[in-house]
Amino acid sequence: MSVEIIGITVLWIFLYGYLMVASIDFGAGFYSFYAKVTDKKHSIRVVIDRYLSPVWEVTNVFLVFFFVGLIGFFPDTAYYYGTALLVPGSIALVLLAIRGSFYAFANYGVRENSIYLFLYGVSGLFIPASLSIVLTISEGGFIVEEGGHVHLLFSELFSSTYSWIVVLLSIVSVLFISASFLTYYAQRAEDNDAFQLMRKATLIWSGPTILLSFLVFLTLRTHNLEHFLAMVGEFHFFALSLIFFIGAVWLIYKQRYLGTAFIFVALQYGFAFFGYGYTHLPYILYPKLTIYESITGDEMGISLIIAFISGLILLIPSLFMLFRLFIFNADYTKAQGNK
Amino acid sequence: MEFDTLLLSRLLTFITLAFHIIFATIGVGLPLYICLAELIGIKRKDPYFILLARRWTRGYIILVAVGVVTGTIIGLQLSLLWPSFMQKAGHLVGLPLFMETFAFFFEAIFLGIYIYTWDRFSNPIFHWLLSIPVVIGSSASAFFITTVNAFMNTPRGFTLVDGSFLNVQPLVAMFNPATPTKVAHVLTTAYLTSGFVLASITAYFLLKGKGHVYYKKALHLSMIGCLVFSIFTMLNGDFAGKYLAKYQPEKLAAAEWHFETESRAKLLLGGILDEETLEVKYGIGIPAALSILAYNSPDAEVIGLNDFPRDLWPPLYIHYFFNIMIFSGMFLAFVAVLYFVFYYVKALNSLHPWILRGIFIGGPLAMLAIESGWIMTEVGRQPWILVGLMRTGEAVTTAGQVFEMLILFTSLYFVLGLLVPVILIRLFSKKSAETEIEKRGIIL
Ligand code: HDD
Ligand code: HEM
Ligand code: HEM
Repeated sequence: MSVEIIGITVLWIFLYGYLMVASIDFGAGFYSFYAKVTDKKHSIRVVIDRYLSPVWEVTNVFLVFFFVGLIGFFPDTAYYYGTALLVPGSIALVLLAIRGSFYAFANYGVRENSIYLFLYGVSGLFIPASLSIVLTISEGGFIVEEGGHVHLLFSELFSSTYSWIVVLLSIVSVLFISASFLTYYAQRAEDNDAFQLMRKATLIWSGPTILLSFLVFLTLRTHNLEHFLAMVGEFHFFALSLIFFIGAVWLIYKQRYLGTAFIFVALQYGFAFFGYGYTHLPYILYPKLTIYESITGDEMGISLIIAFISGLILLIPSLFMLFRLFIFNADYTKAQGNK
Repeated sequence: MEFDTLLLSRLLTFITLAFHIIFATIGVGLPLYICLAELIGIKRKDPYFILLARRWTRGYIILVAVGVVTGTIIGLQLSLLWPSFMQKAGHLVGLPLFMETFAFFFEAIFLGIYIYTWDRFSNPIFHWLLSIPVVIGSSASAFFITTVNAFMNTPRGFTLVDGSFLNVQPLVAMFNPATPTKVAHVLTTAYLTSGFVLASITAYFLLKGKGHVYYKKALHLSMIGCLVFSIFTMLNGDFAGKYLAKYQPEKLAAAEWHFETESRAKLLLGGILDEETLEVKYGIGIPAALSILAYNSPDAEVIGLNDFPRDLWPPLYIHYFFNIMIFSGMFLAFVAVLYFVFYYVKALNSLHPWILRGIFIGGPLAMLAIESGWIMTEVGRQPWILVGLMRTGEAVTTAGQVFEMLILFTSLYFVLGLLVPVILIRLFSKKSAETEIEKRGIIL
């Protein structure tokens, strides 16, 4: 495999990791806020305290890893995306900052504060929305280069149906992914209230998820025919995704094998996400930037890969330990831990 | 003056970094003290030290959270504001940046485990072991990011052919001439500053009349760090000066308002410069001290600014920042030494209010020194963003909304800057050390 392909694969895996972990986190924030305003005895908040508090910083690093790696492997992306994304990128950053710090304030500092909880819950829905704009932009047509200057066409972006549908899909997906995870987790923790609530939420959001996914397909056709045709050519990715979706919803509806159900959801998004990414290649930005032109020199590329492999040797056991201790540990899920 | 994109971008970069560095410095230094306190607590079976580690950790989590979010901001903002710089530099410093994220990853994982596993192990030493990756991870991330900054000052490890970089040697780029002194100085000052911040808070409580041994133990532990690291800071600060004299003489000359190349050059403290005539008024000159700082010999010749074309002169106001840093360094070392002299001489009282007052202002002063040091380094690099290769003006974004973003981020930092102290004070006053000692039934 060439450096380009290894690089983009590694980055895409990490973006997928972020997508899953962050969706759980963002959605949980929203549900916890919802539980507070509807006075649902905060059963979900306990779940969040148990599972999410230990891993929130790790979630953030997934994102940092992605953009730092992107610039390391493909430095030209800094130029195009950097210039074009000043405004949307900054807004996403401010939201991330509000969310991250208020999370810490609410969880480790002063607990029952509705304003923190509100900011924490709601920013979690805006962040995926603003981050998803980057994917929309990558489809081309929104960045122009005139006289050596790169511009983002705001009005085009705001009036594009495609971009709005992607935004909606990202929000709905966050709610769906995290509800399906929390269903499983609440059941493990033997918290029946939270379990029923989350199960209902999963079922409610499953419809819009799949509907919007189809709409994304359809609108991509008018927006970027080339990519659309490539996706049709690799249709099996998306068919598999659909099958896992159906399986997941069925299991959750039947209240059986909830762990498997969540793995199905992960696979549903996995196939869709890698199908999307695979057919997006070789472009990083239609039609200007491909992985082949923007790749860094061989020397740097190879040292990045070496660093990556040695990093993984360090990380995988540590991540394994983290998950063992907090997520797949029945004692911990049930008991009150000690800060 | 017109507020152009360049100026605004510099301002925004400055504000973000100046805010980040407060939390980053404590993020690097504090884990060391937590780790030490817990180890002493376990070894001596002293519950006060364990409680100390626990309470410091609680504050640390809040500060790290802000460090993480502002760090994420600066990481992405560099590409947003300086796209051409990141495009070029990405080819050369991608490696340390990438490794930095691994260091964060490592630290984040173990920090998550550490804060949720107090009392979960039958042998407490296992819990202590978890703090080691946190110490290593945060110091390693400071190491990697500092090599990037060092590279901006002395870019090495490539051949430039028609504007593109060939024969890139990532390790040579990482270990460039500025790396050793910069890394050493940045790390020791982070440990020093964290020590003084902790000592300063404790001194405040002691001054307010709280007399529990808990505070005395906390003070003594942090002061040991202050003493050790203030000595190291002066030493490697001196090396940093020697590095400058050799590789960036214009920066040193600008910081010292040293215009004529001469031997027995004097070190200037304070003063007012007439920018027209380049004459200095009211300053105190220490004869030959600059020659000693630069080359260890009073007779050495130090290059003056007049040897450089005027358009390559760094802004001359960095002189004051250099002065503030050096003054603080001397002051901190003085206070630390004084404390220990008073501590070991039986007849004297190391908790004398004047010593406590000195320690108390040491915390803010150390932070001021960190900020001043960075301003002097970064502004002193101007007009270059990559010395000799790319000017700051060539690197800046062409997007038009920097002003709005400046307002946006400034408001964010303003809110965070107000909230963090409020939260910390509430967190610690809700559960004061005394009540916790009582509640946990610590009796000695
Ligand atoms: C607590 C903070 C602190 C203290 C007490 C000192 N410094 Fe410092 N200094 C820094 C914090 C700092 C810093 C913020 O960490 C800098 C900015 C960039 C860097 O590499 O370290 C720095 C930079 C810096 C530089 C510029 C290096 C460059 O541009 O590459 C020099 C020459 C010195 N220092 C010298 C000293 C000396 C002689 C000190 C004697 C007491 C001293 N510093 C105390
Ligand atoms: C964390 C402590 C730091 C502080 C407080 C700081 C401060 C500053 C200041 C004041 C400027 C503006 C200089 C001017 O335009 O006159 C600046 C610029 C800049 N700094 Fe730093 N800096 C820090 C560390 C770093 C590090 C570690 C890096 C690199 C990895 C870095 C990269 C830059 C870049 C790219 C610019 C913009 C270009 C320029 O103005 O030259 N800074 N910083
Ligand atoms: C010398 C100055 C700097 C030091 C000592 C430093 C150190 C730190 C520390 C200790 C943290 C807290 C993270 C944690 O504890 O997990 C942090 C966060 C971060 N810093 Fe800085 N930093 C510096 C400057 C910079 C610069 C210039 C950049 C951008 C290139 C940067 C990028 C980041 C990022 C991306 C994070 C967040 C990482 C995460 O998600 O955990 N830092 N930094």
